[in-house]
Amino acid sequence: MITPNHKAPLTFATIEPDAGLKAALAKPRVDLIAEITASQLKGRGGAGFPTGVKWNLAAAAQADTKYVICNADEGEPGTFKDRVLLSDHADLVFEGMTIGGYAIGSKIGILYLRGEYTYLRAHLDAVLAARRAKGLLGKNVAGKQGFEFDIQIRMGSGAYVCGEETALIESLEGHRGEPRNRPPFPVDTGLNKLPSVVNNVETFAWVTSILVKGSAWFKAIGTQRSTGLKIFSVSGDCKQPGIYEFPMGITVAKMLEAVGGSDAKAVQIGGASGHCVPASEFGRVIAFEDVSTGGSVIVFGAHRDMLHVAKNFLEFFVEESCGQCTPCRDGNPKLLGGVELLEQGRCSMRYLNELSSLGETMQIASKCGLGQSAPNAFLSIVKHFKDELMGRTQGEAH
Amino acid sequence: MLVTEQERLKSDIGTWLERYGRDRSALIPVLQEIQKKYTRISEYGMQVLADQLGIHPVEVYSVVSFYAFLDHKPKGKFVIRLCRTVSCDMQGKARVAQQLESDLGITFGETTSDGKFSLEWANCLGMCDQGPALLVNDIVYTRVTPAMVNDILETCRKTFGVYALESTHEEGHA
Repeated sequence: MITPNHKAPLTFATIEPDAGLKAALAKPRVDLIAEITASQLKGRGGAGFPTGVKWNLAAAAQADTKYVICNADEGEPGTFKDRVLLSDHADLVFEGMTIGGYAIGSKIGILYLRGEYTYLRAHLDAVLAARRAKGLLGKNVAGKQGFEFDIQIRMGSGAYVCGEETALIESLEGHRGEPRNRPPFPVDTGLNKLPSVVNNVETFAWVTSILVKGSAWFKAIGTQRSTGLKIFSVSGDCKQPGIYEFPMGITVAKMLEAVGGSDAKAVQIGGASGHCVPASEFGRVIAFEDVSTGGSVIVFGAHRDMLHVAKNFLEFFVEESCGQCTPCRDGNPKLLGGVELLEQGRCSMRYLNELSSLGETMQIASKCGLGQSAPNAFLSIVKHFKDELMGRTQGEAH
Repeated sequence: MLVTEQERLKSDIGTWLERYGRDRSALIPVLQEIQKKYTRISEYGMQVLADQLGIHPVEVYSVVSFYAFLDHKPKGKFVIRLCRTVSCDMQGKARVAQQLESDLGITFGETTSDGKFSLEWANCLGMCDQGPALLVNDIVYTRVTPAMVNDILETCRKTFGVYALESTHEEGHA
């Protein structure tokens, strides 16, 4: 049985249904995008691109057909917020997509739902059907003459890399989920080479909320460069794992206190592609300017073997690399081989340094964001836990 | 595959292409339908689909081989996918894995000889706060313990009869 595991009421629960859409449709498109831009909302999937800027570019692109795509291919290890949002607040997400359709001049919305969440499909279809029945999708949306918009659902088939927006588009077009070169960006050359906006599930829900509560409300929360609230998926060695809402800019220490994980020795922030923060750095803040995240927080207690953690992440990337570019395809197995040497206590410092240098090359030379961030966990664990990793004797229990 | 089965598959592909549109973007939705109904995507199915979409069969194969949930090898009626990613790992996935192997008599990557169960690893299922988690086809099980494994398998076996009636006609030999 799947439990919702909300640890506190989310702001989304307080948002009046359809109020955001009505507020949006009452505005000229330019003012609507200006409102989103003023909130300084940045993409909640993790990359942190300003939503208003993205929408403005897509709105300016000249084309008869444009797409609004919701990225629900939530595959980052330790992330489950989008699952909860789609279970409990699907209307807000679809409302945000409809607002996006109005903003950029699109009639077609697509929700790309990961195959692992197929069990949510019936619920989401029912929500969409209810919205159509209420006139909130279809022709003349919510009574707005001439604004037509509908949303279809497309299923993923078990590929982590499809969470990368251009791989997702490739998958929608019926291809292998291999990321494209950027530029051109999806805002002008997206699905079927047409302008497309791709945003995370949570981003759309915040758009709706901002339209209801105003950009000033959102901007007043968080830090100067990372405004607003953020949903976090917390798991691992803490007393209360689950979904949390915190303002951007919260320190790691404060978050750990809230989730009952203060005695942790390290926290992985941002999932397998994120960074491992050791206890000595728990004063750092979670924000785009410091420790950036799509919302995944995995807590490691004192007894955890960090080498085992690094190995798990690397096995993940070896499996999930799309195989298109050499740094990611060949780099990850090399790093994994290094971890296996460390397990046997047979890795020299010199070789470990070479592996770190390889990791840095992967960060620069990989084609897509996923490949570029694949070595992050390994590099940060090596940086902070050398004494734990090195000089192991055979059969040593960790 | 028997000729009648080939005809059935071909006619199904035609129906699904009507539903999803006859262009390349329909490829993955149709492959997903084939996978669901036939538990595999046969070479014959790939050829028919390629033909209908006007692309080379290798293009279809390249897509099938890319996605973890599409497979050209026969799968069991129940595909069990245990999450192996870090949070489930920390919550005791190894012992659940061991028990699955013991109760099914197969290792990961294999299918039972009666064609009922396939056992596979999955990467993060998004149930990190309530692991270890596993999928049985589309159904999610959370907080799985080694002792629960037998109950899950029994639940599958009990529902198998219904599927068995539907599916005896679909099983053939490649």
